[in-house]
Amino acid sequence: MSYIPHTEQDRQQMLAAIGVTTIEDLFDAVPPSHRFPKLKMPEALSEMEIASEMQALAEANDHAGNYAIFRGAGAYHHFTPSVVNHILLRGEYYTAYTPYQPELSQGTLQAVFEYQSMMCALTGMDAANASHYDGATSLAEAVTVALDAGRMKRKKVILSPGIHPQYREVVRTYHQGRGLEIVGDAPTNSLAQIVDLLDTNTAMLAIQYPNFFGQIEDLKTLAQKVHAVGALLVFVANPVSLALLKSPADYGADIVVGEGQPLGVGLGFGGPYVGFFGVRSEYVRKIAGRIVGETVDMDGRKAYVMTLRPREQDIKRERASSNICTNQGLMALAACVHMSLMGKNGLKKVAELCYHKAHYAAEQIEKLQNYSIDWSLPFFNEFVVKCAVPVEKINAALLEEGIIGGYDLGRDYPHLKDHMLIAVTETNSRAEIDALVEVLGKVQA
Amino acid sequence: MSAEPTIYEISQAGRIGVNLPKLDVPESEKLPADLLRDELTMPEVSELEVVRHFVRLSQKNYSIDKGFYPLGSCTMKYNPKINEDVARYAGFASLHPLTDESGSQGALAVMWQLQEWLREVSGFDAASLHPAAGAHGEFAGILMIRKYHIEHGEPQRTKILVPNSAHGTNPATVTMAGLSVIDLPSDKNGDVDLGALLAICEGPEKENIAGMMITVPNTLGLFERGIIKIVETVHAAGGLMYMDGANMNALMGIVKPGELGFDVMHYNLHKTFSTPHGGGGPGCGAIGVAARLIPFLPTPHVVIKEEAKDADDAPLYGFITPEKSIGRLKAFHGNFGMHTRAYAYIRAYGGDGLHEVSRHAVLNANYIRAQLSSTYHVPYDRPCGHEFVLEGHFEGVESVHALDISKRLMDYGYHPPTNYFPLIVPEALLIEPTETETKETLDQFIDAMKKIAQEAKETPELLTGAPHVTPVSRLDEVRAAKQLVLCCAPVLAEHEN
Repeated sequence: MSYIPHTEQDRQQMLAAIGVTTIEDLFDAVPPSHRFPKLKMPEALSEMEIASEMQALAEANDHAGNYAIFRGAGAYHHFTPSVVNHILLRGEYYTAYTPYQPELSQGTLQAVFEYQSMMCALTGMDAANASHYDGATSLAEAVTVALDAGRMKRKKVILSPGIHPQYREVVRTYHQGRGLEIVGDAPTNSLAQIVDLLDTNTAMLAIQYPNFFGQIEDLKTLAQKVHAVGALLVFVANPVSLALLKSPADYGADIVVGEGQPLGVGLGFGGPYVGFFGVRSEYVRKIAGRIVGETVDMDGRKAYVMTLRPREQDIKRERASSNICTNQGLMALAACVHMSLMGKNGLKKVAELCYHKAHYAAEQIEKLQNYSIDWSLPFFNEFVVKCAVPVEKINAALLEEGIIGGYDLGRDYPHLKDHMLIAVTETNSRAEIDALVEVLGKVQA
Repeated sequence: MSAEPTIYEISQAGRIGVNLPKLDVPESEKLPADLLRDELTMPEVSELEVVRHFVRLSQKNYSIDKGFYPLGSCTMKYNPKINEDVARYAGFASLHPLTDESGSQGALAVMWQLQEWLREVSGFDAASLHPAAGAHGEFAGILMIRKYHIEHGEPQRTKILVPNSAHGTNPATVTMAGLSVIDLPSDKNGDVDLGALLAICEGPEKENIAGMMITVPNTLGLFERGIIKIVETVHAAGGLMYMDGANMNALMGIVKPGELGFDVMHYNLHKTFSTPHGGGGPGCGAIGVAARLIPFLPTPHVVIKEEAKDADDAPLYGFITPEKSIGRLKAFHGNFGMHTRAYAYIRAYGGDGLHEVSRHAVLNANYIRAQLSSTYHVPYDRPCGHEFVLEGHFEGVESVHALDISKRLMDYGYHPPTNYFPLIVPEALLIEPTETETKETLDQFIDAMKKIAQEAKETPELLTGAPHVTPVSRLDEVRAAKQLVLCCAPVLAEHEN
């Protein structure tokens, strides 16, 4: 299979026009000692063979097409309306580039503008960018904004242990060269304990909402305490929950980041996902990545264009605070189409379905011997189950019955050995939940 | 083309675009009212309205599927349709990232095999698919170089040499990693100035050099003639060599960067290996590394945990954290959907086919260069890689700039080349045709470029007022930045309340 269109006659005519005899003549500048190495790779396949090989590889996985999924922990199996994929598959969107030439990119630009609007509505923030790689990198970039807001004088970053463990790892990777003090996330720390760490050296305090355990913590006085020392309050939010719950802005958040994957992007073994990033207006000039703004053309017609470009790496070069260039434009489009279809009432209904189904599951599991539920705080669609047997053993039994069980919390939180994090979404039917409960009941110590 | 209202303007209270299932479990006690929100400013539209809205918007976009897209440094080649299908196979698209290794062997096999092929194409000792975009790969590479020096007791090595022809991401990456840039000039032939390089590498900064970031072929589209000398010079000073592999489309089967002595490189899978750009992303910035950097690779890294027992058996794939890893750069395992597309693409070509890709990418670029060099000034008129620069400016026609030529090209049905980059060429137009374009397409483009040159001299206002046939005319970009409007009106109104 080849996508190269040239005929032998084309090649000869082109070489003659260039004034060389062979294509090899065009590579004189490449050191002769290293020129034209052999590539030891399998031979080309036909399209039919590729499809068959990849189909076999795909089916070697335990996926949501043939398993009931109760695993979340940062990636959620939600329903995506058919229209989303049909729009994504339009070549006009997916085979276009970054909208550097706005006259030829109004489709992408307006869709991004609408996406920004919806993310502002969900989070309550004044401005949102055109996306980051994922929720974890959004959080890492939020740290950069907070450091900048603190004029690089504040060196302490407080992270709640209730933030996704991988997100916290990414923050540490991103900022390993910066001499920061990243604290607060010892596994057993409470919200009150991390608030005690606030001081005038603190650039930001970040929490997850609902937290990694699915719980909604008491956030009423948090912003006041964070702002009292001049630090920023950052929320890592689940966008589906925001259709039901108070917005982070209501709690006084300055920056809201998170993972847009539940909004029509799909599981995809972890990517591509879409990190969202919203801020209060005073920080809009500090954020990384593309932002689309409204303007007019020479004839006074409304139009859209990438704006605040001087912040970006391609212009500011080493004075830019982030190098982000390619973002997740197509995934932002997916989220935009998804939210358009769901609308105000659909998004709320999905959130309610998740909530009630998760609570039904928790109530049923609570009735089993050997299991108990952490009811200490309200939760959305994910909850902690204390088990009397190792989670690994439970999940093995579930897998045999076609169920992918919860996330083993002992992996990241040693004090939560034998605790399982179970996620329930609108895609889990009552029959699936009942089957989960039945298998759990059968697993013996 | 008339303006498309925003989705919020189409909205009518009470409409919905999707049917959702009824609640099939008993309703549980509701959340306390003080936790609930009362307003959500989302559009309310029917399914058909959503379809029409986004289809109408799509028609305001230019794309490869519609026409020629010679955007230099971006490699806008054809995106094969089979790639989109395979990425959507249920076993890939609906696989949870935290599925146990035993339940994700198919996905892990794709990742491992792709790593191996990338390794072979580039001549490195290992490859990682973890970074989500080219700039993310650069960041990984520079963090690895930094950590390498720290581990070797040389934490003072904090300076990275960056040629002035480099992508803007390169210097930004260096800063982001907490290191600083030493700017390196180019010589009159468009190569790195070897004298200047030598002076720095043997001068007082020698002990502080962490490495060098260089693009090959460089952003002028030229293969650095002194590349071996450059690598030797930086290595002799104790620095490591980073190659920006954005232009790998010109190198497959031509030269292996690992064999030239580079220590680390990123690939843009969305360029060279045809995973689509999607209006700005997603990408994948896989990296290749020499042996000495393997312990520093980001986590997780895919390896074979148990070899296959016999020919009919498959090995056991799994994730590891390399011994001195720089850490995790994103959640989960990288942009896996891009890995499946790149896998399908490489499978379609095989090794010999990839060599043909690069040969024809270079042939196409040189053909346009040769055909336009009598009409436009081509500042470095020697055989180029898969792209070349020309100056979009004519003597005696001061009103016409490269941007005007770009805008006029739109009227002829083309996406413009890259404008004003590289920065070292005034009025630069960086043209990259890619290998998937026919000679006829190139001839038509050459013809349009010649006509525009003619127009510039005879009717320059045609250019300075262009484009004339696009959905909107030139935009007031200053107004966009000064009077910031970043959300639809109903959302703004909600914020003002």
